Parts: sequence; structure tokens; C-alpha cells
Amino acid sequence: MKAFTYDRVTSADEALAAGAGASFVAGGTNLLDHMKLQIVTPDRLVDLNRAGMDTIEPTAQGGLRIGALVRNSDLAADSRIIADYAVLARAILAGASGQIRNRATTAGNLMQRTRCPYFYDTALACNKRDPGSGCSAQDGHSRTLAVIGTSDLCLCQNPGDMAVALRVLDAGVEVAAPGGGTRTIPIAEFHQLPGDTLPVREFALEPGELIIAVVLPPPAGGTHYYRKVRDRSSYAFALVSVAAVIQPDGTGRIALGGVAPRPWASEGADAAIPHGAKAVAAALFEGARPQEDNAFKIDLATRTIAAVLAEAKEARA
Amino acid sequence: MKFDAPMGDTPIDTGRVVGRPHARVDGPLKTTGRATYAAEWHDGLPGLLHGFIIPATIAKGTVTAIDTAKAKSAAGVVDVLTFENFDINGTANGKTVKLVGGPQVQHYHQALGVVIAETFEAARGAAALVEVDYEAEAGAFSLDGVRADAKVCGAFGGPGETRVGDFEAAFEAAEVQFDQEYRTAAHSPAMIEPFASIAQWEGDGLTLWTANQMIATTRSSMASMLQIDESRVRVLSPYIGGGFGAKLWAHADAILAALAARKTGRPVKVVMPRGLIFNNTINRPETIQRLRIGTRADGKIEAFGHEGWSGNVEGGNPESTVLSSRSVYAGPNRLMADHMGHLDLPEGNAMRAPGDAVGSIAVEIAMDELAEKLGLDPIELRVMNDSQVDPSQPKKTFSNRHLVRCLQDGAERFGWSGRQAPGTRREGKWLVGMGVATAYRAALRSASGAAVRLETNGRITVETDMTDIGTGSYTILAQTAGEMLGVPVDRVDVRLGDSAFPKSAGSGGQWGASSSTSGLYVACVNLRREIAQRLSLDEERAEFEDGEVRSGNRVCSLLDAVADGPVSAEGKIDFGQSDTHAFGTFGAHFVEVGVDSYTGEVRVRRMLAVCSAGRILNPVSARSQVIGAMTMGVGAALSEKLVVDERYGCFINHDLAFYEVPVHADIPHQDCVFLDDVDPHGNPMKAHGVGELGLCGVGGAIANAVYNATGHRLRKVPMVVEDILAGLPDPV
Repeated sequence: MKAFTYDRVTSADEALAAGAGASFVAGGTNLLDHMKLQIVTPDRLVDLNRAGMDTIEPTAQGGLRIGALVRNSDLAADSRIIADYAVLARAILAGASGQIRNRATTAGNLMQRTRCPYFYDTALACNKRDPGSGCSAQDGHSRTLAVIGTSDLCLCQNPGDMAVALRVLDAGVEVAAPGGGTRTIPIAEFHQLPGDTLPVREFALEPGELIIAVVLPPPAGGTHYYRKVRDRSSYAFALVSVAAVIQPDGTGRIALGGVAPRPWASEGADAAIPHGAKAVAAALFEGARPQEDNAFKIDLATRTIAAVLAEAKEARA
Repeated sequence: MKFDAPMGDTPIDTGRVVGRPHARVDGPLKTTGRATYAAEWHDGLPGLLHGFIIPATIAKGTVTAIDTAKAKSAAGVVDVLTFENFDINGTANGKTVKLVGGPQVQHYHQALGVVIAETFEAARGAAALVEVDYEAEAGAFSLDGVRADAKVCGAFGGPGETRVGDFEAAFEAAEVQFDQEYRTAAHSPAMIEPFASIAQWEGDGLTLWTANQMIATTRSSMASMLQIDESRVRVLSPYIGGGFGAKLWAHADAILAALAARKTGRPVKVVMPRGLIFNNTINRPETIQRLRIGTRADGKIEAFGHEGWSGNVEGGNPESTVLSSRSVYAGPNRLMADHMGHLDLPEGNAMRAPGDAVGSIAVEIAMDELAEKLGLDPIELRVMNDSQVDPSQPKKTFSNRHLVRCLQDGAERFGWSGRQAPGTRREGKWLVGMGVATAYRAALRSASGAAVRLETNGRITVETDMTDIGTGSYTILAQTAGEMLGVPVDRVDVRLGDSAFPKSAGSGGQWGASSSTSGLYVACVNLRREIAQRLSLDEERAEFEDGEVRSGNRVCSLLDAVADGPVSAEGKIDFGQSDTHAFGTFGAHFVEVGVDSYTGEVRVRRMLAVCSAGRILNPVSARSQVIGAMTMGVGAALSEKLVVDERYGCFINHDLAFYEVPVHADIPHQDCVFLDDVDPHGNPMKAHGVGELGLCGVGGAIANAVYNATGHRLRKVPMVVEDILAGLPDPV
């Protein structure tokens, strides 16, 4: 671990003032691992744990505003979330472990980085870690990596569960800028695709910007599903996950995790829900560029969507 | 004592203490964090420095330059030592590659040196500043690539190829012929406690606190590598957080801590980071196995052929996949052969139940397939081909073989008769199936010594360099001494894992439990004699019970014997080769799985093991051994796989996120039953170990259950969702 300076702040404004050139840290469940392995070597850490932003408040529009520092465990246990946004509670509880969820925060969860073995071995080339060095995952062990939304520069998958639920709920990410002012980034645009130019950008945040909240629109109704497929029953990243909200008339919304650098969804796929899993998958995976190791994810995702739609149909019957 | 005749009655047979379900005597220390593991000896070591291993980042080649200047000038760094700064004589006993490489690099993440600093963080940070230039060479990293050139080769001094009768002719002539190939992935021991060592020199004497299963071997290894007299080395390893074979030998942490401490004149701690364990230490290699079994129409085996292929470093051992096939099923014509090809991957070596853990997966799937081909129940086929003599050495009778009882008892308990035809049992979206497999593992025996002392306060002290790798050694040794000397377990203090104590069998090959308690038994017999003499009692007739010694009408307190000071004795057990008996442990595994018909996820629902291994010294700790082994078998069957990246010559999934061992949620219900039997031919305790038995066959039982659930046969483990999906119908 490289030596670094460390400051604690007690408000978002203080954090923004202190933040230039620094890394924000809250739960530290991802950043500290990366620092120990020297995947990242920040010179400065700004600790947000005393900066408030840890409540869930109703919005004027009838939704909820989740403070950036609300812990994953608290969010998943909130009665309003369980009642009206069950897909979010289920997605969170499908991730990590109880201990990690107790530490991890809403904003930090959104900021978690890819789980690619080549990103984690600092002796090997990775454009995300070392821009321009190349992507060792191409033709490598890509079983867990993305099948769509990738480029020749990077095959990273977004490993999160929470973000997939937020995508299906159409959440917004509220960020504050160092010079004052806030803006809301739609969750669909928050995670970036690697594209063809370096550096490989992961998040839509500008330098110094700070996530202060995640905003949920008014409840969408319907029945909520989160189905995560993995090699073991717990404490593993998704090979494929499906977040879905299905309405009594059989329409709904679907987003996939584990298959792309961001939660993967499209209006076309949602429109295809009444036509079944194959139609949904066809819309979602148009333009997919799987590797030999992970091509199975397309079939697996199709079947998992089918499982969710079958369960929804059964529930309606 | 040389053990060469069946054991008569002994005080152990009374079963007042031995054989009872005593909780671990070291349990409170462990659950309260007071058991001192290798990295935790902070007291009494002022000035402790921290070392961080510098790993090679190529698989094969030469270091052309190593620049430590930046690392040396980093804050907190005391020194940087590389292979250019010291000579290590040879390597650790039992290892093939050098513990520290350079200039030749033998495998990815081989240690090249150590950064020594005032804090762990400073050492770790500076290690990244060491600049190494390499001239890389092409290496061989694919088992398929070297299979054609693989040579017949024995493991650990055993035979490479063995034959009985005429296998080829008998197979050719057999009414039913079965011929299939199987694959098992490479495994990492992935024990929870990383390798760790603290070294301290006083003059020319080294004290090494380390995490190691075999104290005496490691002591002589350290002396030999450092070229000092063995008497100048003390090795301590009283508590160990799992080893699974990887801690049979000294590793880079031990030698680098010793070298760094010698150079700096201060104690040095080296902990191997998790990310290095997979490539720096040892693994269970990938295997390919061919099973050819020829039978009569009724299922009687006439020809049994098992051949295995694995790769390893030059001079290493093959994975001895065919080991158990020599003994487990009958058949007058036999061919067993292991082949090894040269690979430049990290060294393969003895991981828990070496050979048998993966050999049994192939054999037990093959038996399942064969039973189906013959139209027999898989249990019936196994029972029909049981053998009370060792089929490869027919003059030897198994001293204690109750495989048939294990299978039949297990079938009854598990509800085997409810098993349905493959692919026909459905519960909602779940496809449900049952599988069975034989468990067999040799019962090895190894010389073992111990000292035992009656203290002046009436307590008993046991000392031996035996280790407890989480297995329960402390407890069964306390029970043994308690039984022999007539005191409850809580009056026995057991001290282990110190080279100052008598040399034991150590922990490995499931020989530790029976051998170490047998050695202590001998020491206790000697101590009883000493005590009887002090009390002027007839040593032959003296009975030790309830803290008293009774002979005829005389009753003495144990305290009467220590009026003039403690009474001590040592003892040692030695085993000859038996010309008449073969020794084994046997069992049957039963598994029920559910397979998600949409996603192909396999979830184990129930597991049962019925085991026969002679006297069970402590049913609680033995059960823990078996269910832990069953869990490891679930990993082998469903998720554990070291993935080779042939471009870099390494196991690329080198952490516990990418190398997935089972979690609690994967193991819903396990049961373990021990048959009530004793083996007087085996050792004075009439007991055998079960720590490896519990692993053998598990993967096969799971694979067979998956087949029974889906109707689609898989011959490769781990069975991951993409393999399962290939055999499931389209649900859409």
C-alpha cells in the first residue's frame, strides 16, 4: 500500500471542497482491497463516513431519495423499499455478505469496479488499470466477463446487483459539483461503456463530483423479481442476473446484470416482454460480441428471463 | 513398541473416555481468539520486522536484472534481499521446485526475494518498487499438449504401472465392455490460514514459528537449506488454520523469514498474501483418466483398467489417480498406470487424499455408468464386486473391510429405494436426483512418539510434535491419556507442534490420528509401569480409574505417586509391513441434488456418509472431519477449478473470489454415521483416520446424482452451469 493522506469531513460541502484530486471513501469494501493490491494508489483519501447523507426521505414526486451514505443493509431493510421497491431489496440481499452490506453504502455500491481477473493481477495488461497497456482478457479467461457493450479495449462486466434493480426502477443518481450545483444522471447513463478511446471511462462523474443521493421515481407497482445465477449459492458475483417488474397485464421492465459493463436494458426489450423470453433476449443481445468462454451467458440469460416470466405468469394465474 | 501382532484387550477398550463425543479441548482458546497462530506471536519479540515476498511475474525464464534501489530507499524499509544475496541449499523436503527462484524462474509467482520493513504496509508498498527484468522462455502449460509425451510414472515412490493377470485379453473377451474418459480440474488447498512464519535467531540458533503439518520434517528442511545443525533449529506450530497437504513442507515464507532475520539481526515475520498462495505454493493437478472395465453379463468384473494422466514440474510426482483402483473393486485382471507430462505450471503435490480425491470421482462415475449399462442398481454392482482380499495382492486380507455394510446401511438411511429413473423426478422447476459412491482410502500408519508426565498436582501433561490442523488432535490425545491413566480429559494438558517434543507421525495422509494416539498409548503404558513401581503395585494388574490406581485390595491416589516429584515416560510406536493384511478405510456417500431446469444451477440438498474406519476415537471431531471433507468434495464437483492461462503460464483465478470454494448456503444438510467396529490388526488403538476418507467418492456421488436428476451424463468436473445446460431441454 502506498502512503496517502487522510481527511475526514462532516458534510457534503466539506467533501466537495476537500475532494479535488482525492478519492472519496465510505464503506471502503472495494477501494481498500484495490489499494492493498496497488490496483489504485490514491495520494489522498477523503472519508465521508461522518458527512451525513444517510437518510431515506420521500420526494415531492412521490418517490424516495436515498442518501449516498445509506448502508446497503439499512436500505434493504427499509419498510418503504420492501413494500414499493422490492426488486431493490432483493437485489441488495443477493449481493456480498451480511458483513459487507453493513459497511457498503449506496453510492459506493454504484462505484464498485469490475471483477476481471486481469484487472486484479497488476503484472498483466489492463486498460482500465493502466490505460494503453492492452486488455489481457481478450482471448483470456473471460467466463465471468461481459458479452455485450464491450470493445477491443475492455471486456469488463459491471458486477453489481443493486444497480441492476435501480436500472429497472429508472432511478436517478444525484451528484454535486465542486463549484456548486447538482445534476441528476439517469442510472442508464451512469456506468459508461468502454468504447474505442482511452482511457476506459467507467462512470459518468466529472472530476471532483460527489454522489449525494439516489432518487427513486414513484412506485411502479407490479410484481418484483430479482433472479441471480451463480456458481455457488451465496457470496459470488452473478454469471447472469435478471431484475424485473411485471405488471398484472403482463407488460413490464427487465434489466440484466453480469452481461455488460452496465446494467443492461432497453425499451425494445421491455416492449417484447409479452412475447416471451426469446423475444426479450433477442432485443437485449442484438450486437453481442461474446468470447468463447462466456458465450453461454446469452443462453443462460434467455433461460433466466424465461424463469422469471414463468414465475410471473404463475403468480398472475 | 513394534506393532506386529493383533492387539489384545487394553484399557482403551473400556471406552470411558476414548470414543466419547468430547468437545474440542482447544475450542475455547480458538473461539476467544487466544490460540496463537503462526502470524500472531507478538509477545516477547521486540523489534519485529515484516517481510513481503517479491514474486516472479513470468512462468519460465531468467531474471536478467533485479533493481532494489527504489525499494531500499522507501520509507520504513530496512533491507531488501534477493536470490543474489544468499544461497539456499536445495529445497524443502518433499518439494521439487526451489522455495526461492532466480536467476532461473521455475513458475509464476515463485519467490525471488523479500522486502524487509518496520511495518507490513511499508514492506508491501516497497515490494511493488522492485524492478525485475526477465528473459522469458516458452513453457508447456497444457495437459492436452503434453499428454502424448507423458511417461508412466509412480507417485511418492510408488509404482507407475501395475498389472495382475492379462488385462487386455480379459477386457477384449469380456461380455460387457465399458470404456470412457474423465477429466478433473486442478485444485488449490485454499485453507483459511495463509502460510506464515516468524523467525528469530539467538546466536546460531533459529526459532521458527510457522504454520506446518510436519514439524520434524520442517526442522530438518530448515537446517538443511540453511546448512546448520538440526539441533540449532526449533520449529513451533501449535495451532494451524488448515493445511490440506499444502503445509506438509516449508514454503517461501519460512526460508525468507529465516534469512531476513539472520541478515537483520531482528525477528522477522513473513505472511504469504492470499493472491500468491495459488501460484507460489502447491496444487492438486488437473487429470485425465481412462476407465476400461470388462464384466460378465451378470456384472462380475473380469478386467479393471484405470489410467491417469497429469502434468507436473520436472522431477515432481504425478497425481496418483489410480492408487485406490488397485484395491477397491474385485477383478482378476488389472491394469493401473499413472502417466506424467512435463508442465511449467506451479508445482503439483500432495493435497488432501492425493490421487484418490480425484481418482475416485472418475471411478465412481464409471461404476454408475457401468451399472446402468448392465441394468443393475449401482449399489448392487458395487456389492457384487466387493473383495475381502486386496485384489492387487490377493495374499493380503483387508483387516477391516465393511464396504458392503456401509452401502446397504446408507441406502436404508437415505431412502435409496425412492430413487427414480434418470431425468424423471421433478419438483416444480427442480429436477431432482440421487447418487451413490464408494469411499475408500488406505489406512496408512507411521511411527510416532510422545512423552507423558504425571505432575505433582495430579494433572497429566502430554508432549509430542504432533500437529492439530483443525482436526482434533489435542482432544483425541487428551482422551487417550485420560483413558490410560484414569483421569478425565479436563485434567490432561496436551502440548503439540514443538520440535522440542518427541517426534510424531505429524498430520497427513489421514495417518495422524491413529499413529499419534498409538505412540501416546505406548508412552502411557510406560508411565503406568513407572507409577505402579513408585506405588509398589503389581504393574501387570494395576487398574487406573477415577484418579486412583487399584491392584488387588490396594487403592492408591495418583497423587501418592508424585510425592517425590513428577513421574515421566516416553514411548514410540513403530509399524512393520504386514504380509497378511491390507489396511483401509471404507465408506459410502449418498447425495441428493436439485438441478434448476431453467438455469442449470446444481444445489446439493442432502448428503450422507456411512463410514467404517475401526474405532472412532471421538465421534464429534471425526464427524467434523468427514463433513468438512464432504464439503470439499462439493467444491471439487461443482465449482473449484484452477484456470490455466496458457499465455502467461499461471493460474489466473488466484484469489478466493475467482476460485470458488463452497459457502454455508451450498451445504444444507449433511449426515455422517460411523459403523461400530474396531480393527485390532491396525494399531494399538484399533482405530484409523477418516480425514481423507470423507473426501473420496463425494464428487462421484454428486456427479451421479446430477445424472440421475437430468438424464445427461457429465464426465468432467467441476460441473458448471454451461455444462449442465448443454443437456437440459429448452424451457422457453
